[in-house]
Amino acid sequence: MSVTATMLPVVARPRRRVSFRAAFGLGALLLIGGSAVFAPQLAPWDPARQMLTKRLRPPMWQARGLREHPLGTDHLGRDILSRILHGGRISLGVGLTAVTLSALIGVTLGLLAGFFGGRADALIMRIVDVFLAIPYILLAMGVVFALGPSLLNVILVMGATRWVQFARIVRADVLSIREREFVAGARARGNRPLRLLLRHVLPNALTPIIVVATLELAFMIIYESALSFLGLGVQPPTPTWGWMLADGRNYVATAWWLATFPGLAIMLTVLAVNLLGDWLRDTLDPRLKV
Amino acid sequence: MALLSVEGLRTQFATGAGTVRAVDGVSFAIERGEVLGLVGESGCGKSVTSLSIMRLVPPPGQIVAGRIRLEGEDLLDKDAEAMRRVRGARIAMVFQEPMTSLNPVFTIGDQIAAAVLAHEGGRRRAAWDRAVEMLDQVQVPSPGERARDYPHQLSGGLRQRAMIALALAPGPQLLIADEPTTALDVTIQAQILDLLRRLQAERGMAVLLITHDLGVVAELCHRVAIIYAGRIVEMAPVARIFEEPLHPYTRGLLRCLPHPSRFGQPLSSIEGAPPDLRGADAGCPFAPRCPLAIESCRRHEPALAERRPGHFVACPVAVV
Amino acid sequence: MAPLVEVQGLEKRFSVGGAWLRGRRRVIHAVDGVSFAIEPGEVLGLVGESGCGKTTTGRLILRLIEPSAGRIRFEGHDLMALSPPRLWATRQRMQIVFQDPFASLNPRMRVGSIIAEPLAIYERAGATERRRQVSELLDVVGLDPAFAERYPHELSGGQRQRIGIAAALALRPSLIVADEPVSALDVSVQAQVLNLLMDLRRRFGLTYLFISHDLHVVLHMSDRVAVMYLGEIVEIGPRDALYRAPRHPYTQVLLSAAPVADPKLRRERIVPKGEVASPLAVPSGCRFHPRCPLVFDRCRVERPLLRTVGAGHEAACHLNEAPALLTGA
Repeated sequence: MSVTATMLPVVARPRRRVSFRAAFGLGALLLIGGSAVFAPQLAPWDPARQMLTKRLRPPMWQARGLREHPLGTDHLGRDILSRILHGGRISLGVGLTAVTLSALIGVTLGLLAGFFGGRADALIMRIVDVFLAIPYILLAMGVVFALGPSLLNVILVMGATRWVQFARIVRADVLSIREREFVAGARARGNRPLRLLLRHVLPNALTPIIVVATLELAFMIIYESALSFLGLGVQPPTPTWGWMLADGRNYVATAWWLATFPGLAIMLTVLAVNLLGDWLRDTLDPRLKV
Repeated sequence: MALLSVEGLRTQFATGAGTVRAVDGVSFAIERGEVLGLVGESGCGKSVTSLSIMRLVPPPGQIVAGRIRLEGEDLLDKDAEAMRRVRGARIAMVFQEPMTSLNPVFTIGDQIAAAVLAHEGGRRRAAWDRAVEMLDQVQVPSPGERARDYPHQLSGGLRQRAMIALALAPGPQLLIADEPTTALDVTIQAQILDLLRRLQAERGMAVLLITHDLGVVAELCHRVAIIYAGRIVEMAPVARIFEEPLHPYTRGLLRCLPHPSRFGQPLSSIEGAPPDLRGADAGCPFAPRCPLAIESCRRHEPALAERRPGHFVACPVAVV
Repeated sequence: MAPLVEVQGLEKRFSVGGAWLRGRRRVIHAVDGVSFAIEPGEVLGLVGESGCGKTTTGRLILRLIEPSAGRIRFEGHDLMALSPPRLWATRQRMQIVFQDPFASLNPRMRVGSIIAEPLAIYERAGATERRRQVSELLDVVGLDPAFAERYPHELSGGQRQRIGIAAALALRPSLIVADEPVSALDVSVQAQVLNLLMDLRRRFGLTYLFISHDLHVVLHMSDRVAVMYLGEIVEIGPRDALYRAPRHPYTQVLLSAAPVADPKLRRERIVPKGEVASPLAVPSGCRFHPRCPLVFDRCRVERPLLRTVGAGHEAACHLNEAPALLTGA
């Protein structure tokens, strides 16, 4: 008879080292975030100041470049570096708040739909279908028209139109999680529905939420620029990355730096967020810690 | 000459955390028309042994030593093309989960006919007729209609029959059955075991039965090899294993099972857990869990020795 | 003494399809009129093949699934009549252990939190006391208290199953539904876990509903055994009576079909015809009749009821009215 057969020694678990990729992501994001926060102190020029004598100057390392405009100037003679630094405030701020908002709405509805099923599920999924059927940009246009363009309205609209991404993926995941035995076990051990959802179901649905959130952040930055481009978002002359990108497209052939630098800023941000998201996902998953 | 002989087979998996010695010096032979059971718990190397015989060990696994002779020809010397001709035609395999080895987008009749065509050639029409005949042989009711079904349209038991028909269509000399009834309900398992027994006798085919279930072994096998930590620890005719097991591991395994004469009484169990196959420790792999282990067990690895006629044991302390 | 659990006419119907544009709505009777009682301290085994409704029955008793009809009495309470808060309070007294040690523990929680959680939810103990009880429970199931810091994925199947048992024991329940607790384990580990369950039963006076597809394991563990087929109990009786003199052809088939690791004990093989019918198309009359080796005309039209065939032994087979036919088998 052996009841105490499996007394294996407990080995200390090695702590997971922060990988190079995660460190790079964190570093880049701190850099971007920091320069956005301290843009007024860091920017050499007023981002709205037009210097028509210095229009379309290339970056400083090129032939007609000027040292006081390291990344060149745009068609109105505004300093690109200063506009990127200031633009980051809007783009990152709008992107992060909009993603948080849409994640909150989407994850909540997805959890409810997937977990309770039945009528709640049918209702929520029909709403999702409606949102998917209407082009989100059209929806956003309508709402912003009605409410009037303002930063807050833009964030609300972006959050309220993109939550379906979260809702769908969370619902699909929860549908399979709720069938797993540990959920039935947790119910048998007295977990009430809310605690069951928050303690047992949600943590096991984190991975797709993080993946969607990092992708959505990139999307939101572009989305904001699309709204701005249509005159529905942040109003010029307030610089945003998306707006600069859209604006610079007209000059791609003659002045590549107009679109390239804001594009690089967006790319770097998305890359950093993605790397950090990967790391976060792995860190939150105990199975990957050995 | 034995139909199949395996000598000193070693198959290893190089992983980031060290080399896993999944099969560590296994030798046995199967005669024509014989059913040999290869029995062990999960991770003991029984499935890797069968995959090694087919030369289908998935990377990073590699056969690093040994001989595998089929009618005297060494399978390890064959090139990929020659090996392909051996698989299916001379050695066939049946797996635990037929759904994974039947192609979901073809009817089972098409799949069996394709196997017939590949190995024998001939006309499509004739191959189809052979497929229906094979389904009839494995006792699939109304085989002509079932041949037009897709795998998902069949029940678990019928699927396993279709899988056996597919394996036997080219008329192999050796059938490797890897846990063929483990996923089935007990009444269906009984039907499949009966079917395998009948087909084996009719065709005079040799069978290597891989299983964790000593009950299934008692039903079907002529001889049994007990495998532990990649090594065969005991090999004997089936009656001997159950009547007079010699190796402490075999005895432990048998006493772990609920038995009608002991219902309700505590089962004896084997202390501890199987060893980590990455270790390269000297000595008997079972020594840490063995109630009879003596000092020398931990130092010298015991060789498989014939202690009774036809009864091999790798244990110097085993009571004989 | 009153039974600890008493189930009467328990039914569970699931409907398949029937939603808009999803085809005809069909009803599956997963559990169809099951009645039994379990005495305090007793082990009732529930055995049957996949799809017979044994797992659903186990979950219905804990009301983890809502029954469609029937009565469940547990420790004198009518479970079906309890308000949600009362049901929640009663849950402390009945727990469940699952089959799959890989799916039954929350992979995101440490072992210690898994075991301590019910103690926290039911406010049984403060944080320090909970830690002490976790150590004690780990010790009870034969694990080192240091396991509390581990995550489930770091453990072997047998260790996880012990954790599942410790979590079920935390609230000191009177009833444990053990749903295929050893089916996923290797034989040597299976023996350890079965021994542990027997040991805990003695130590804490537990009552088990022991569910398994493995007839020998069920016979080994149980005082009484109920055999299920397609949602019904076809035979129920004391372990020895059922093993020595099974009175339903399906039980006989199961006994003869289950491989025994002892060639001397091999029974004469009664191999049933065909396969289990789909629960969507339940046969008329006796549900086992299409496969029964002893079928006769009446079986095809009249559903046999459970009738007493011995002390505490019931079977649902028309042949029991003419016992001579069966006892010879």
